[in-house]
Amino acid sequence: MTARLPPVIGEWIDRSRPIEFTFEGRSQRGFAGDTPTSALWASGTHVLGRSFKYHRPRGVLSMANHDVNALMQYGARLNLRADVEALEPGMALTAVNTQGGVGADRLRVLNFLGGFLPVGFYYKAFHRPKALFPFWERVFRRIAGLGSLDFTAPHIRTPKRYDFCDILVVGAGPSGLKAALAAGRAGAKVVLVDENARIGGSLGYQRGGSGEAMDLLADLECELAALPNVSVRPATLAAGWYADHWIPLVDAKRMTKLRARAVVVAGGAYEQPAVFRNNDAPGVMLASAAQRLLYRYAVKPMDVALILTANADGYRAALDLLAHGVAIAAVVDLRPDGESTALTAQVKQVGIPVLKGHCVFEAESVGGHLVAATVCPLGANDRPETSSPQKFACDGLVMSVGWVPAAPLLYQAGAKMRYDTATHQFVPETLPEGVFACGRVNGVHARDARLEDGERAGSEAARALGFEVAPRTFAIAAEPSPPSHPWPIVEHPSARNFVDFDEDLQVKDFLDAIQEGFDNIELLKRYSTVGMGPSQGKHSNMNAIRILARARNQLPGEVGTTTARPFYHPVPLSHLAGRGFNPQRETPLHSRHDGLGAVWMQAGVWLRPEYYAAPGKRKSEIVREEVRAVRESVGVIDVGTLGKMELYGPDAGQFLERVYTARFANMKPGTTRYAVMLEEGGVVIDDGVVGRIAEQHFYFTTTTTGSGTVYRELQRLNAMWNLEVGIVNATGAFAAVNLGGPRSRAVLRKLTGLDLSNEAFPYLALREGEVAGVPSRLMRVGFVGELGYEIHVPADRAAHLWDAILEAGTDCGIRPFGVEAQRLLRLEKGHIIIGQDTDGLTQPDEAGLEWAVKMDKPFFVGKRSVEIVRKRGLRQKLVGFEVDPAGAMPAPRECHLVIRNGAIAGRVTSVAWSDTVGKHIGLAFVAPDMTTAGTPFFVRVDGGTMVQARVVPTPFHDPAGARQKAVE
Amino acid sequence: MKLLACPINGLRPVSEFAYGGEVRPMPDAASCTDREWADYVFNRSGVPGVKVEWWYHIASGTWFLAERDTLADRVLRSWLPGDP
Repeated sequence: MTARLPPVIGEWIDRSRPIEFTFEGRSQRGFAGDTPTSALWASGTHVLGRSFKYHRPRGVLSMANHDVNALMQYGARLNLRADVEALEPGMALTAVNTQGGVGADRLRVLNFLGGFLPVGFYYKAFHRPKALFPFWERVFRRIAGLGSLDFTAPHIRTPKRYDFCDILVVGAGPSGLKAALAAGRAGAKVVLVDENARIGGSLGYQRGGSGEAMDLLADLECELAALPNVSVRPATLAAGWYADHWIPLVDAKRMTKLRARAVVVAGGAYEQPAVFRNNDAPGVMLASAAQRLLYRYAVKPMDVALILTANADGYRAALDLLAHGVAIAAVVDLRPDGESTALTAQVKQVGIPVLKGHCVFEAESVGGHLVAATVCPLGANDRPETSSPQKFACDGLVMSVGWVPAAPLLYQAGAKMRYDTATHQFVPETLPEGVFACGRVNGVHARDARLEDGERAGSEAARALGFEVAPRTFAIAAEPSPPSHPWPIVEHPSARNFVDFDEDLQVKDFLDAIQEGFDNIELLKRYSTVGMGPSQGKHSNMNAIRILARARNQLPGEVGTTTARPFYHPVPLSHLAGRGFNPQRETPLHSRHDGLGAVWMQAGVWLRPEYYAAPGKRKSEIVREEVRAVRESVGVIDVGTLGKMELYGPDAGQFLERVYTARFANMKPGTTRYAVMLEEGGVVIDDGVVGRIAEQHFYFTTTTTGSGTVYRELQRLNAMWNLEVGIVNATGAFAAVNLGGPRSRAVLRKLTGLDLSNEAFPYLALREGEVAGVPSRLMRVGFVGELGYEIHVPADRAAHLWDAILEAGTDCGIRPFGVEAQRLLRLEKGHIIIGQDTDGLTQPDEAGLEWAVKMDKPFFVGKRSVEIVRKRGLRQKLVGFEVDPAGAMPAPRECHLVIRNGAIAGRVTSVAWSDTVGKHIGLAFVAPDMTTAGTPFFVRVDGGTMVQARVVPTPFHDPAGARQKAVE
Repeated sequence: MKLLACPINGLRPVSEFAYGGEVRPMPDAASCTDREWADYVFNRSGVPGVKVEWWYHIASGTWFLAERDTLADRVLRSWLPGDP
């Protein structure tokens, strides 16, 4: 048996390319251009899926991407919309969410248990006893749900495409085509998209039994083709609206991010179902679905149709069906006066009975096939008068009772919509700048009027962008008959009159929910889950609004709509998945570290060696060796990740005095000074070393993680203060290494002609000279607490310098050391790390940095706050501590709490085992009265054990600093 | 994605920019009360309306000022500090 018609003008199928596929294991045939649904319907398969909750058989509803009960799975591709997905050869399709197949789904028993599953049942039941909840959860996870995930499916990442245009026209129906033509003729660069495989919209399938619409479409296509500045893109979905007309265009392959200067929304309207008992039976479908089956796929939707209508479109659908051999049992018109236009006569002329003021009370199906429908007169209050039913045998029931504007993009763009009582739909009241609407979405339904409206919108959009177009005035004429019915809903004592096909919600569910107090549209949505299924309410929200409005005695406009968010249809995650674009920086010595076995760690955006791995040795062992090398001989570390800034100009000294807490104006060229930066609240945010190279030239470092933000803020302050200084971020231009250890001077001496004697190059001095033939800036620093030199060189010479240093240090046993060793070395000296030993509230006094804060300066950022905070006294203080007895286990770790008398008195910020000291040492914030050396306290370590510790003065190692100031 | 006009680079997507906060006059640190200072440091006005803000074009390192209607989310104009 086949319902395939002889060739129909304009059909989308290619009869020369048959396609074999399977559905639920059975072989099927179709043609290229078919969808699974159209091919199955042509072969007489009407049960295409099972409903979400009651597992009722479902067939065609819309053929417009809203048939969420005909979701299918093909391998790893799940929840394919069978009504619109292109049929491919060899597809092995199954309906989702069945047990035992779509025909004999065992879960169909749920249809008879509906009484036990009232609206909101999962909010009410199954919470007690609590122990049983995991059981129920497993049960529901098996029963509910859609397609099943294939975890072995490949990860697909799709690059995005970017595009630009003047005017984007969304929807290529009559109004959209006209809008694109008008804008294109004005000279604008136009992109016209339509989610359907071909353009034309309703011109292609709402023909009213005549060839006129197709001729018109052919003309419009011809005119468009003559405009090279109009790009026509079928099978492309404008999936959302983002600020400043930034529209994701989704096609089968990828997402294109299109920036338009103006958007014309000509998205049309979604046809809406009527609500009556068994309105979900396969065979009951929207009129536009029947017309799409006819004209797109040349499939006869049914043999005998009953038409349920409330507008002119239903009469045209009757003529379309009739023209292709479908017998029409009757036209049932909800309106007491029926259709006022000539269409009534046209229909009656061919012998079709028209029942005005009637409704379909219930549909009847046998084995998943519609067999009959019962029609009643509509009485007062829109209630069916069941005393005089008429039964019509039919295998198809065609509904044409109303339309909802496809307005999600308008809502997202911020359009204000109002409910129009002439058309009984929401229409745009005010549109945001650069957004235009035309056609059905604008409440214009008659075809000629839609063409006019499209022309107007296209011209207006072009004019708004400055293209020269004569202004068009077009007053929207009143519709000859309202396209939507205000109450296409028929109550039934036995229910099963579905409002939402995604979630199997019936009229009574809404009435119950409203009764229970969920009488606001947003609450009703969340409680009943209306519009929360895969179709996102495209065929259910309007009827839900109508039910709520009637229950509250209001107009739909007063009830309002729920929020429309992007995306407008589901988009495959593989379209969205792409590459991450987080920057990651490597120093010029990266490959050298790799060669030495560096184990990498992330430091801000940088990769730094944590330590250098050696076969057969554990990390702790290696770090101790690296530390010992520095303490006893010499080590070298890449510190090229430090922020490195150049500051020039007559006001350079003054600028530094304003941004840092110390004094710089009085520094002599050739010296360096420690620098602390505060924010306006007095919180320590960064530190570094400032070196003065010349009177008007400073070179200074920032922390590794802070370099970007510090540079940015310095630029802002410079822009604000307007001092005569220039700042250059030289972080990437320079590489830097720190050569530290008692024998560092001996190593360096081999590489430079500079006088390294303590008199010529004392502690904290800065010198310029050549090291290993590379022009360098050298600073005598003491971060690790040994004699040491920070050597800054142009980045491209870094590898040469590194190699030369390692070679020169061979006989001293030089070791490259990593961040872990450096952290321990500085901890032994009690030097803090900003961000580790300070947090977002730490004042300089709390971190023991009072000495670096010069309050006698007239101004520096944060000074006023420090003054205020100082008046209040300290809240906490950073102190050194050691653990008693040595080697106590478990050892404290960072962020463990300091406990005194059972109460929290601070926290550990740094802690490590130190071979040098022979103990666990650390820094901790403690209460201000606990700072005296020897004060005991507990640290609460993992698992709750209390470990004894006591305050000790810092530095732990070489308190006098003799080593870093080493003369020889 | 929003577009923002950098006075140097023209209209660019907002992902190229960093927000620098509303431009707020700093009270005279020497003469203001502690309360006035604390108000300046900690309090920001969330009232929607037309505000002058600091914006930074990251790619080119340009700080500029922009007048923005935070209620309508519209940038009214932008200019370099020091320019009128």
